[in-house]
Amino acid sequence: MIERIQALNIKKQYNSKFELDCSLDIKNGPIYTIVGPNGSGKSTLLRILSLIEKPDNGSVIYHDGGKPLAAPFKDIEISRMAVLVATRSNIFNDTVYNNIAYGLKLRKFNKKEIKDRVMSVLKDVRLDGKERMNAMGLSSGESQRLALARAFAINPDILFLDEPTASLDPDNTRVIEDIITEWQRKSDKIIIIVTHSLPQAKAISDFVIFIYKGKIIELSGVDNFFEKPSTKLAEKFVFGEVY
Amino acid sequence: MDFLINSIIKALELIVSLDPELTGIVVLSFKVSGFAIIISTIIALVITLVLDLKNFAGKNIIVTLINTLMGLPPVVAGLMLYLIFSRSGLLGFMSILYTPAAMVVAQIVLATPIIAALSYAAVVSADPGLKFTALTLGAAPCQATIKVMKNVRYSILASVLAGLGRVMAEVGAVLIVGGNIAGFTRVMTTAIALEADKGDFELAIALGMILLCIAFVLNAALFHFQKKGVQR
Repeated sequence: MIERIQALNIKKQYNSKFELDCSLDIKNGPIYTIVGPNGSGKSTLLRILSLIEKPDNGSVIYHDGGKPLAAPFKDIEISRMAVLVATRSNIFNDTVYNNIAYGLKLRKFNKKEIKDRVMSVLKDVRLDGKERMNAMGLSSGESQRLALARAFAINPDILFLDEPTASLDPDNTRVIEDIITEWQRKSDKIIIIVTHSLPQAKAISDFVIFIYKGKIIELSGVDNFFEKPSTKLAEKFVFGEVY
Repeated sequence: MDFLINSIIKALELIVSLDPELTGIVVLSFKVSGFAIIISTIIALVITLVLDLKNFAGKNIIVTLINTLMGLPPVVAGLMLYLIFSRSGLLGFMSILYTPAAMVVAQIVLATPIIAALSYAAVVSADPGLKFTALTLGAAPCQATIKVMKNVRYSILASVLAGLGRVMAEVGAVLIVGGNIAGFTRVMTTAIALEADKGDFELAIALGMILLCIAFVLNAALFHFQKKGVQR
């Protein structure tokens, strides 16, 4: 099981205005949230950490049993240990069941295990009874729960969530937050969430990573971050003066 | 007017009585076009996959060339294949000129660009988030493209039907490379051309009716799948 992610001197240039330049060391157990203003590089960092996108410089290292795994960007088996749920995850034009089974089929689970996992996770995300329905007919809240279910069914060592409750109503937001914290409580995996919502970061995270203009300004416990941030910039951000 | 009505009545009699010559021509047409469309679909899907997966120099030229070949006149295709398969041609040693095999090749040449161009257009116009989502769930790039292709399957199916419609209705290419030999390479379109030339309209009208029915069924299916593709 992956118990640690290191991002060493990650650099990613998109245009003359934006450059991601940071290092990070994260261990399994607590929930980490990444917060920061629009365009600060939160989602880019998440895509790099999840091995979807290569950095221009620097390296991402997954540690398994205390040992670093070699060449994670080249090894599909390593990248399959992580799952990223994107902001508006696309739902495949297929049944709810097949949407969830997709990641499991890629990992060559047998039919029985796929069925067991799909049915179990459907209950967890409160979509049981809808497995035969075409997923395109789900509401936006249900679609987002389905996106989470696809990830939970895989039971990845690392789960990345990019704005998992963006554009959802308060009820669906609460349901999804409950599902995420419940999964974390049961699994003890690495979980990193990008969020725009400071109340959400406060409610569900143990550690907060504040990123600004591509640089990590602060990484601290949730209470410290919201009550006595160690940098002036973080303090301004908490009070809504940086956006 | 009486002549036309009598011809239609005789044509209907040929269809109802399952006239052996008529059924032979229809069966051969389906065999040739069916076989051609299966091979064309496989080639076109591989082309779509490679074009979507790989970025290489000259890719835009290849896409433009495929789009251009969608409008390739059947007689030109037939003429080129005739020159290639004739005894002194590049592939003359295969001795397939004036056989159903040459007709299958001609129809593959005509159908593949249509299926490839329309399938590729469906894949590239699909939401890019689909491929990204597949990658985030652990798909390799090739698997992600296949997932996108499955997602736009109705559009791809519509392109296959468009290709089938084109080859079932074309006459020029199969006439040149097949030779319209009775009982061997005579298909519906070439038979209609010949019978009309002879002034023997019963068989030509009967085959025309069947061809129209096929066109109707194909277009109904095409419409159905296009609608499903839009609803996805």
